[in-house]
Amino acid sequence: MAHFKKKQAGTKQEVPTSAMPDVIFILLFFFMVTTVLREVTLKVKIDLTKAKNIEKIEEKRLVSYIYIGPERLPNNKFGNDKVQIDDDIQDDIGAIRQIMYDKLLEEQRMIVSLRVDESSEFGLLTDVQEELKQAQTFRINYSTKSEATQGRN
Amino acid sequence: MLLKKRKRESAEINGSSMADIAFLLLIFFLVTTTINVDTGIGMVLPPPLTDEDPPPVRERNLMKILVNETGLIMMDDEATPINEVQNKLIEFIKNPEASEELAISPQAAIVSLKTVRKTPYRIYIDMLDEVIGAYAFLRNEVANQNYGREYSQLNKEQKDVVDDIYPKKISIAEPDPE
Repeated sequence: MAHFKKKQAGTKQEVPTSAMPDVIFILLFFFMVTTVLREVTLKVKIDLTKAKNIEKIEEKRLVSYIYIGPERLPNNKFGNDKVQIDDDIQDDIGAIRQIMYDKLLEEQRMIVSLRVDESSEFGLLTDVQEELKQAQTFRINYSTKSEATQGRN
Repeated sequence: MLLKKRKRESAEINGSSMADIAFLLLIFFLVTTTINVDTGIGMVLPPPLTDEDPPPVRERNLMKILVNETGLIMMDDEATPINEVQNKLIEFIKNPEASEELAISPQAAIVSLKTVRKTPYRIYIDMLDEVIGAYAFLRNEVANQNYGREYSQLNKEQKDVVDDIYPKKISIAEPDPE
């Protein structure tokens, strides 16, 4: 019995912490890789509308965004509806074709996510869609927020 | 005396604060990471129009929905409140009583959505949402009948089968120029 007691006392009580930095570094790399720092500065106001029957875009790296909404002016004022791609406002709608076509060449399975302000008029959107058709970028997604789904009837 | 002291200095870098540094960086990236999922209504645009005439569509297979800028809806020349749109669409697509007026088969049914340039985006999306909702209801119905599960829980092949029964044929018509 005495022998047994002695053996137990001999075991170390501490958890080895030497591997801790490695564990933390792995977590760190995970978050570094998943973080998307390339956030565009919005030059237009986007208030998304809501819809019930929506789907998630699983492959985020395929997504390319087009923003449509009233232009932000100094002094918190808003101008006319404008189209923004990446960081620039596109005044010439006809130029969208080339921009989107170039993007499509880089990624064949590209999905264009249209982030449109809820009060924007359909007219501008349809012009943009016409350009997208010309650029052969057919997969689009109307970005909306989720509205609580209630059962029909 | 001096020499002796220098020799005793350890040559290793103290690595005990490494974990702290890593922790700080980790917390920074934890805070800045936004795992927001993009949600929206997926659509596939048709190819641009060519000079050829589009294939003829029989009048009964086409459900024309017109929406004006105030959100008033016309379905096949009949004013409809928005909460009846889904029911009317489901009836049109399924055509349970084999009416002469409605679609021959769900496969042949085409829903055409037309609006005007001045329509706010919100109204357009609401309308599109109703159309997609009608199809979602029909697909769920078939999925429940055939597989006893919701459409979203089916596997790829089963989804394809259901999609063939109720193909989503939505046409977004060009608004008339003003």
